[in-house]
Amino acid sequence: MSIGRRTRLALGIVTVAILVFIYLPIGLIVVYSFNSGTTPAWPPVGFTLDWWALAVRNSGLQQAFLTSIVAALCATAIALVLGTLASIAVARHRFFGRESISFVVVLPIALPGIVTGMALSTTFAQVGFPLGFFAIVVGHATFCIVIVYNNAIARLRRVSGSFEEAAADLGADQWLTFRTITLPALRSAIVAGALLAFALSFDEVIVTIFTAGGVKTLPIWIFQSFRLANQLPLVNVAGVVAILLSVVPVYLATRLSSSVVGART
Amino acid sequence: MRRLAAWLHRRPRTRLGLLLAGPIAWLVVIYLGSLAILFLNAFLSRDAFSGATVYQPTLDNFARLLEDPYPGITIRTLGMAAVVTLTCAVLALPIAFFMARVASPRLRNTMVVAVIVPLWASYLIKVYSWRLILAEEGILNEVLGAVGLRGPGFGDVAVWLVFTYLWLPYMILPVYAGLDRIPDSLLEASADLGGRSWMTFRRVVLPLVLPAVVAGSIFTFSLTLGDYIAPAQVSTTIFIGNAIYAQFGAGNLPLAAALSLVPLGIVVLYLLVARRLGAFEAL
Repeated sequence: MSIGRRTRLALGIVTVAILVFIYLPIGLIVVYSFNSGTTPAWPPVGFTLDWWALAVRNSGLQQAFLTSIVAALCATAIALVLGTLASIAVARHRFFGRESISFVVVLPIALPGIVTGMALSTTFAQVGFPLGFFAIVVGHATFCIVIVYNNAIARLRRVSGSFEEAAADLGADQWLTFRTITLPALRSAIVAGALLAFALSFDEVIVTIFTAGGVKTLPIWIFQSFRLANQLPLVNVAGVVAILLSVVPVYLATRLSSSVVGART
Repeated sequence: MRRLAAWLHRRPRTRLGLLLAGPIAWLVVIYLGSLAILFLNAFLSRDAFSGATVYQPTLDNFARLLEDPYPGITIRTLGMAAVVTLTCAVLALPIAFFMARVASPRLRNTMVVAVIVPLWASYLIKVYSWRLILAEEGILNEVLGAVGLRGPGFGDVAVWLVFTYLWLPYMILPVYAGLDRIPDSLLEASADLGGRSWMTFRRVVLPLVLPAVVAGSIFTFSLTLGDYIAPAQVSTTIFIGNAIYAQFGAGNLPLAAALSLVPLGIVVLYLLVARRLGAFEAL
């Protein structure tokens, strides 16, 4: 379609406006984290590094940050193993109920977080599994599986299974085939999946609220600080950190894999 | 290891079993099991005096769904989800069109990353940022005040803005992919037959990209239905999510469980309609 110059210009202007709309609120948090004022009043009163210095020394914030990192690493590790196993089973085997596997994998992220959260917390209470760190990890791992699975299966579908068959014909056993053929083909896809799973877990708040008990992750700390007026300047700092820790892994993942786009639902 | 591998090679069923045991145990036993327990609770009731759960099957909770205030809350939530979805579609079309049809390949790739990355940035902080923007003395009133206008403040309009902001990238990405798939030859054919830009857009591009818009709407629609944090931060309006959370917080798990079947049922219905419109191929 030949697009006229005026149409191009108009489209360009709208596009820039939408990108500004997307980035402005994020940029604003960065600005406020250096604002010496303590209210949302615009324009900022002055520049200060005090909030950053305070945030670094705030033990509650430190603890929450650390908890989030460790929980995200644990959830990612579980999701990495289970997601990869499931993707190999679905992509390389035929069996009864194969379609339902893909469905069950997506379900935890397709259903509203509040449903997943209530279901897990009710069940944990019923079976006597204590809420807290491990409950958070179980919840996060559940909805992170799909992220690894989606990335891995997209790759497996592109890489023909005949390489694996050829390796087997040449005398390689299952383990050797997996190590030298399947794993190298999958590596960048599952690394991308793991980065995304980490970002998703690090950022998750709804399921976490239901499973945390008294434990605070960074999003829980931020959420609870919304109600504490004197804590709000620190929320801006925590926000910048939270944004960086989800955005950087995602950016790296986009460099590694092309199937990042629809991974988060 | 060798011998184990050889043994496994002769037993594909065992191999499959080992691959699937972990994922199935986790997802079916822990996850589906939890969901089943939650939904069984919807058929129980709570003793009005002691607050204890009464283990006697009943449909009372479902009857409550039809009593005030729940039908109103459901309709309000559906309306919000529809308006948010429509707004996202209207905003996504021009930017996605620019990405797919105007931008150079390099700019296009940069823009895809530029749209994906903020989608993953801290959800809570994005909501919080709108509280700063919409505050009485915040940036929006300050900027609009210069031309004698005022921002919407906190309330339903704020909820609409925040939801649109949060879910817009989910709409842009599938619509971009959909526009990118339309072959140039179709657009050239339309131009050859005398179709002007607008005519080609309306008669050729729009029908072809519709499944992608529906695919995007699955996200915008269902994410709006289930959210309870964003509305509570910028308004006092009760949506389904807030109602569920309130009942759960009040200890009435049976009613909360029954209520959570409302967004669930709507999402399932929506998915069925979306599949008929070809949205799943466009995902």
